Amino acid sequence: MLQLKSVHKIFNEGTPDEKIGLSNIQLVLEPGDFVTIIGSNGAGKSTLMNVISGVLYPDMGELLIKGKNVLNLPEHKRSRFIGRVFQDPMAGTAPTMTIEENLAMAYARNKRRSLRRGLTKKSREFFQEAVKTLHLGLENRFTAKVGLLSGGERQALSLLMATFTEPDILLLDEHTAALDPSRAALITNLTREIVSKHGLTTLMVTHNMQQAIDLGNRLIMMDKGQIILDVDEKSKKQLTVERLLEEFKRIRGEKMASDRALLS
Amino acid sequence: MFALFSSLESGVIYAIMALGVYLSFRILDFPDLTVDGSFVTGAAISATLIVNGHNPFLATIAGMLAGFIAGCLTGILHTKGKINPLLSGILMMIALYSINLRIMDQRSNVPLLGEDTSFTLITGFWQKLGIDGAVNNVFTAIGLGESLPKTWGIFIIMAIVTLLIKFAADWFLRTEVGLAIRATGDNKRMIRSFSANTDSLTVLGLGLSNALVAFAGALIAQYGGFADVGMGIGMIIIGLASVIIGEALFGTKSIGRATLAVILGAVVYRIIIAFALQIEFFETGDLKLITALIVVCSLVLPKLLDARKEQARKAKRRQLHRQALERKGEEIAATKIGS
Repeated sequence: MLQLKSVHKIFNEGTPDEKIGLSNIQLVLEPGDFVTIIGSNGAGKSTLMNVISGVLYPDMGELLIKGKNVLNLPEHKRSRFIGRVFQDPMAGTAPTMTIEENLAMAYARNKRRSLRRGLTKKSREFFQEAVKTLHLGLENRFTAKVGLLSGGERQALSLLMATFTEPDILLLDEHTAALDPSRAALITNLTREIVSKHGLTTLMVTHNMQQAIDLGNRLIMMDKGQIILDVDEKSKKQLTVERLLEEFKRIRGEKMASDRALLS
Repeated sequence: MFALFSSLESGVIYAIMALGVYLSFRILDFPDLTVDGSFVTGAAISATLIVNGHNPFLATIAGMLAGFIAGCLTGILHTKGKINPLLSGILMMIALYSINLRIMDQRSNVPLLGEDTSFTLITGFWQKLGIDGAVNNVFTAIGLGESLPKTWGIFIIMAIVTLLIKFAADWFLRTEVGLAIRATGDNKRMIRSFSANTDSLTVLGLGLSNALVAFAGALIAQYGGFADVGMGIGMIIIGLASVIIGEALFGTKSIGRATLAVILGAVVYRIIIAFALQIEFFETGDLKLITALIVVCSLVLPKLLDARKEQARKAKRRQLHRQALERKGEEIAATKIGS
């Protein structure tokens, strides 16, 4: 479904601030794979997401979605088959527009936008049903502006908007990191539910090792722009946070740098 | 009374320009100074075409198309040239100054005296309908007979045109493309992740905005009887004043409400100016200063009022708290755990 071949990305090349973003990334995702990515700050997790979604262009390498090279497609064209949820709950929705208008824009993802009405009676009913699956009562506040919703509600809505058109690839970039623990748990459960319902091929970045172990069928650890550990479905079932940290120490010969990763 | 009526007339025409400014300033969140130039472009093209004997309605539409192109160019400067929004507008405005002079054949003023304009045609058509007589009879009957306008035609037909544009804008902003344009001004990153090309949407939005501005410019030139190369100076501020006054007075609950507010804001602005100029101290040349002051006031006053309200609320809460403390004494103090 998704294939990265020898992808390299260097920031500020040729200056004293030169920094390796991604180095020789090889990654293949089968349809329906749900891969969680962990790694300390600056490991290249977000860079990887940005390269796949088209925000950043890699210096070298190939990127294939469904066997088609998409590197020359700009970000907005790639979003036809890539759904995204960002870390910032404010980033995934338009605050001055209503819930139904936000849903309508998300629904138009894989169509050509025209001068048809953005919202029809039929599409409204469809959106109502979709929003009911969130169990947040948002279906009763359909004409409320999204800016009035709480961070958790906005993130749940973002998740629904990113997924209900069933994109080929779903990218989740620490989408629970900015929420309080109970809201984060809610979004985590919704993620599990939605991904399995549509069988979405998913890449999820997280700082939370336990979350990375609990969710998905495959786990990847990144450090300094490289994939240093790739755990398949069978071994992942026996994985614990302690084992992960040991594994990191064994590979890198040093302790994991991020306090945040340890604490969570 | 007569000054009031002519501010109603020009107000509904300037409202079209204000709708254009609303589109760029509020919907796209793009402070577009092209307006100062594209307003004149609309005026210059329509006036030149009319003087050369073309149909005034077609001349007006030609002016509007030129405005559309000017707006698109500003959008391209910003999106493809990566120039800051304010600067791309200013660059376009300066460039248009020379272009407008070229359109007017290097004259700074093109008079339309004695030419057939859209308004002489409208007035002619209107007088055949004979509505003026009936309306004026009503006003004479209630004792307002002395200060009646020459014709109601311009006001009524322009009000209809402006409302039609308003409804077209409301409809457009609810289409799939319109929703995407609104999201472009609201959250670019989000709408890009839903496969919308924010660059071309910005270009389209600025084009439409300046088309409305140039349309208003073409009409104002025919209404006033001349096109002048300096008639656009400060137009963006007038547009902003209309948008801000309208929003403050009439609210922005929905798109339809907001566009109506902008139209009414433009009319209210004209009325304020008419009254300000009645004050003997002011000269006609003080117009821009008054406009600037109106905008400053309407930007600052609401904040001051909010701050004052907030202070009053806090003072009240403090007082309530103090009273509660006096009543309950120590009960309110935090429970201490341990010694």
